[in-house]
Amino acid sequence: MEKIKTLADLKKKQDELRAKIDLREKGNTPEQHIQVKVAMATCGIASGAKEVMETFIEEFNKRNIDAVVTQTGCMGYCYAEPTVEITKPGQEPITFGYVDVKKASKLIDKYILNNELVDGIIPVNYQSIDKI
Amino acid sequence: MGKIKYHMLVCGGTGCHASASDEVLKNFQKLVLEQGLDSEVQVIKTGCFGFCEKGPIVKMLPDNTFYTQVKPEDCQEILNEHIVKGRKVKRLLYVNPETKEPITDSKHMEFYRKQIRIALRNCGFINPENIDEYIARDGYQALGKVLTEMTPEAVIGIMKQSGLRGRGGGGFPTGLKWEITRAVKADQKYVVCNADEGDPGAFMDRSVLEGDPHSVLEAMAINGYCTGADKGLIYIRAEYPLAVERLKIAMKQAREYGLLGKDIMGTGFNFDIEIRYGAGAFVCGEETALIHSMEGLRGEPTVKPPFPSESGYLGCPSNVNNVETYANVPAIINKGAEWFSSIGTERSKGTKVFALAGKINNVGLIEVPMGITLREVIFEIGGGIKNDKKFKAVQTGGPSGGMLTEKDLDTPIDYDNLIAAGSMMGSGGMIVMDEDDCMVSMAKFYLEFTVEESCGKCSPCRIGNKRLSEILEKITAGNGTIEDLDKLRNLSQVIKDTSLCGLGQTSPNPVLSSLNNFKDEYLEHVTNKKCRAGNCKSLMQYIINAENCIGCTLCARNCPVNAISGDRKQPHLIDQEKCIKCGACMEKCKFNAIFIN
Repeated sequence: MEKIKTLADLKKKQDELRAKIDLREKGNTPEQHIQVKVAMATCGIASGAKEVMETFIEEFNKRNIDAVVTQTGCMGYCYAEPTVEITKPGQEPITFGYVDVKKASKLIDKYILNNELVDGIIPVNYQSIDKI
Repeated sequence: MGKIKYHMLVCGGTGCHASASDEVLKNFQKLVLEQGLDSEVQVIKTGCFGFCEKGPIVKMLPDNTFYTQVKPEDCQEILNEHIVKGRKVKRLLYVNPETKEPITDSKHMEFYRKQIRIALRNCGFINPENIDEYIARDGYQALGKVLTEMTPEAVIGIMKQSGLRGRGGGGFPTGLKWEITRAVKADQKYVVCNADEGDPGAFMDRSVLEGDPHSVLEAMAINGYCTGADKGLIYIRAEYPLAVERLKIAMKQAREYGLLGKDIMGTGFNFDIEIRYGAGAFVCGEETALIHSMEGLRGEPTVKPPFPSESGYLGCPSNVNNVETYANVPAIINKGAEWFSSIGTERSKGTKVFALAGKINNVGLIEVPMGITLREVIFEIGGGIKNDKKFKAVQTGGPSGGMLTEKDLDTPIDYDNLIAAGSMMGSGGMIVMDEDDCMVSMAKFYLEFTVEESCGKCSPCRIGNKRLSEILEKITAGNGTIEDLDKLRNLSQVIKDTSLCGLGQTSPNPVLSSLNNFKDEYLEHVTNKKCRAGNCKSLMQYIINAENCIGCTLCARNCPVNAISGDRKQPHLIDQEKCIKCGACMEKCKFNAIFIN
């Protein structure tokens, strides 16, 4: 094993290793990051939710965007699968329907980076338990 | 594919370990490989989550799903449902005891809501057997910063400013101790870590060592830099095999990286650590006894001064701190004294780890800010008393502490308030008692412990505690007199005043505090020969109610000592002299004719 010879070495090492536990760190403080929840029930998976989730994870990584991607159960909008709920820190969650791989990239470009809304928003007709 | 989507944290603390968490971990690792999920899921063994009541714990991140009491056979279902289908396995979620609703996310658990984790910052978060995870979480940064950018005086200044006090029980200001050790001139000095955790029901230090061993190693090296020592010694009891194993792994890894050993980070600073085993004697938690035990002598205390800081291991100045105290140090260096001292009360800064045990719903390990009230700890974090019984008392400080009662529930917990309330902080054991516990018996229990553990060197402790325990035995046997209560009090005071070390000076505390808080219970024992909790067997009487007894003879036939007599179809009678209070008669009686007085 290579020795750590200076404080700079240690810092470099930490930077390399940080990615390994990054997911855990973010999971610890989800409210401080952009949260993307992909509905991954049978209907979602059948319509390609897995690929959509992959796209989000890969794009965030590639572009160095600070976000947590989690999968959730069926949100109940089976007609509009795959559905994705995006929560930006301090903002209300917004649910988007018909999100395929192409639209996932568009969501990142428009909504996540530039706060522009994209079509396919599903009006919120539920309340999340967090707010009660 | 190829991006990890899930981290599965499986608890590897002793509590969960005992309920097969190791198999759970292995099963997950095997299944993940078999199903080709290893590119998406990472399975990690961590230290204690603190929620030992419901172990083994499996936590899923990033969604914070908290699965409890996971068995090896549940692994397949968790993988299939949670990972593949994205559905939580409801039956394994923690259920809120009040609303009976399953809680999907540990952020919503009452248990965690009021906790602040500093000493336990990495417990249940990183793999304690992997130094890389520790480094990723700022590990050894504090050591690097101290060695390259700060003078020893500046570090001691931060420690003093932070207000950190010894977490082993005494509450001595840590920075001041470091300064004293530094000031003594000597060719050789030692850094000692006291991991001889001996209070019944306490497991704070064990959990830190098992869950985050590197934090202790790092802090000891920092202390070595400040005090001028190049050698560290960890005194740990051999009954903590898992903690010992993880410490050894941690030390090996730290050496491989050059974070222990010669010329650390190119600064010319040398420091290495050795483990010394204790045989589990309670008195060896006392620092002078600990040092003698390490020297290969009998684990007996000696008079202070000289304090170990002046003359300790092999006559050299030795800085002795407890595990939890050390675990706080790297966080203080990294985040600053102001951050640390912003938490807590005026004279007690930071947090304290407590081990909750006894008649409490959430038995486990918690870390709370100083100044929190007992009510919050017991009823909010601890989830209240088991089986909805009534809270009676809580023993803090182990056998050296005292009992706190209903009236103390709203007192903010800190070193000084607990002493004012007749107890002490101690190392952090908290044993909760309910209405079914007899306070005289509890005092007797602790006394029996100290009698057993007294090293026998000084007479007040060796003989005095024995006498105290005999008087308590007499009272619980129903032979006590009013004079005995005065004797208890006087003798306790003498033992406190004249014993050699902390063990003897504090051993009568449970007697005194129970006498102060539950005088009426003692009086009932000696005057009415009654134990309201029904704990003291000698004071119980099984009595046959002549009105209900139809003379079926069933009880007489079942009595193992033939204490019941009576003719057929006539009410029976129990001979109290012969009765051994086994309760067999009451169990057998079909007519509810037997009751306990």
